[in-house]
Amino acid sequence: MSDAPLLSVRELTVRFGRTLAVDRASFELWPGEVLAIVGESGSGKTSLLRAVHGDLPADGGRVQYRLDDGAPVALDALPEPMRRQLARTQWGFVHQNPRDGLRMSVSAGGNVGERLMAAGARHWGGIRAEATEWLRRVEIDPARIDDPPRTYSGGMQQRLQIARVLVTRPRLVLMDEPTGGLDVSVQARLLDLIRRLVSDLGLSVVIVTHDLAVARLLADRMLVMQGGRIVEAGLTDQVLDDPQHPYSQLLVSSVLQA
Amino acid sequence: MSLPGYNFAYLDEQTKRMIRRALLKAVAIPGYQVPFASREMPLAYGWGTGGMQVTAAVIGPDDVLKVIDQGADDTTNAVSIRRFFALTAGVRTTERTVEATIIQTRHRIPETPLTAGQILVYQVPQPEPLRKLEPRETETRRMHALAEYGLMHVKLYEDIARHGRITLSYDYPVLVNGRHVMAPSPIPSFDNPKMHRSPALQLFGAGREKRIYAVPPYTSVESLAFEDHPFHPWKANAPCGLCGATDSYLDEVVVDDRGGRLFVCSDTDHCTTRRAAGHRGAAAGHALAGAGE
Repeated sequence: MSDAPLLSVRELTVRFGRTLAVDRASFELWPGEVLAIVGESGSGKTSLLRAVHGDLPADGGRVQYRLDDGAPVALDALPEPMRRQLARTQWGFVHQNPRDGLRMSVSAGGNVGERLMAAGARHWGGIRAEATEWLRRVEIDPARIDDPPRTYSGGMQQRLQIARVLVTRPRLVLMDEPTGGLDVSVQARLLDLIRRLVSDLGLSVVIVTHDLAVARLLADRMLVMQGGRIVEAGLTDQVLDDPQHPYSQLLVSSVLQA
Repeated sequence: MSLPGYNFAYLDEQTKRMIRRALLKAVAIPGYQVPFASREMPLAYGWGTGGMQVTAAVIGPDDVLKVIDQGADDTTNAVSIRRFFALTAGVRTTERTVEATIIQTRHRIPETPLTAGQILVYQVPQPEPLRKLEPRETETRRMHALAEYGLMHVKLYEDIARHGRITLSYDYPVLVNGRHVMAPSPIPSFDNPKMHRSPALQLFGAGREKRIYAVPPYTSVESLAFEDHPFHPWKANAPCGLCGATDSYLDEVVVDDRGGRLFVCSDTDHCTTRRAAGHRGAAAGHALAGAGE
């Protein structure tokens, strides 16, 4: 781990009209770290993630990102072309619903290759080889490279979305409930895959989830959100085993034991 | 001489000034789609209202107008538009490419190379090359503004993945002046190379979509492709049945109800000129050649 945070969020606030969705959220993400944001529905975790990514305009606060050369940049001060280029190459966003992150009418190979082509790759064979390699890495049969994602199962679609995001080797990946809507065995396999890819590629990840087990399995550190506020932050095991805030205690005690 | 009760070339002068302003902007930024206040024309959308407005804005009494529809001078659309301007502007019309100063075209570029001083006016049904890939206009405008054209290659990637080669044979996207991706209107990809560094001024009008764009003379127009799958203009593998030309774009014409077919030049002026010069194809003298033979 390096001695400067990759991402630093200060007092970030998001409002929807009179509703305060995110209330002065601050956190830091260090290189190679996986940070989980947990909380119930409506607690503002997805809004926080989208505001960090720049999809939602923030009503206050700032997000600072450290470029590969070590220079910190404030995202709201970055001109749009640069911000979009950053989002296309160094960042990745994994949506809860793979339909939001994939082009459903374009073949799997085209989906994985899109970010490469956006980054300027113009050699068809090279793009295809890279796409094939990534399908293999996310455990999709490369023989299905020309099938459109709508012919894929839910779990495969989610793995394809991850391949599509990781193909440009981003440094920072934001995931919004990547395992939501999948049944438990598929979920377990996907978590396994994410954990392996994260450690292989040395990714820094912010993962939003309502599932504490997901946080336990993947995250180094976690934040607990309630009503738009971060109410507790700490090492994952520490928060889950010894929650301090009443809401965290409630959350941990609400988990059903099979 | 023009039609009494109408302004020269049908449109009023204010409208023509508005269109000329859009044209100037379009020429200044090659390939950029300039919005303009498209007027209703006495013709249905999809029949060349955009092209007609551009022609009306640039035509003068001394111009010689040629109008082609899919390369042919004698089709309904071409005949009507030619007669429209003969009537409202009193200009001389022609079927000969070399004589024309303005050529309004639907879906073809004449085979005879264009020269400096000529203006080619295209009728455009859909000016946005990214439309089928990205339905939101707000998004496509941003993509043009930031030159984010990766998506265009996704479409070509899909073609190669599915068919082993780029099968797109018309409205083949081009990069103009190294900056803007542009729809060349539904001309066959065979015609794309003719746009590259053409000495003629090329103007594009889309009436329904209310957009004007342009390629100034001697501007680079590059057809998009992959390094290992270069651009390949498509053409039927046969000579013209009437004039024997092997280097022109051909139409396939069904000539009887027993499966008989004939390939003939789509550019009627090119074919007629060649036949007048004594060139003969395998089906020379066929009724398709018209009453002249």
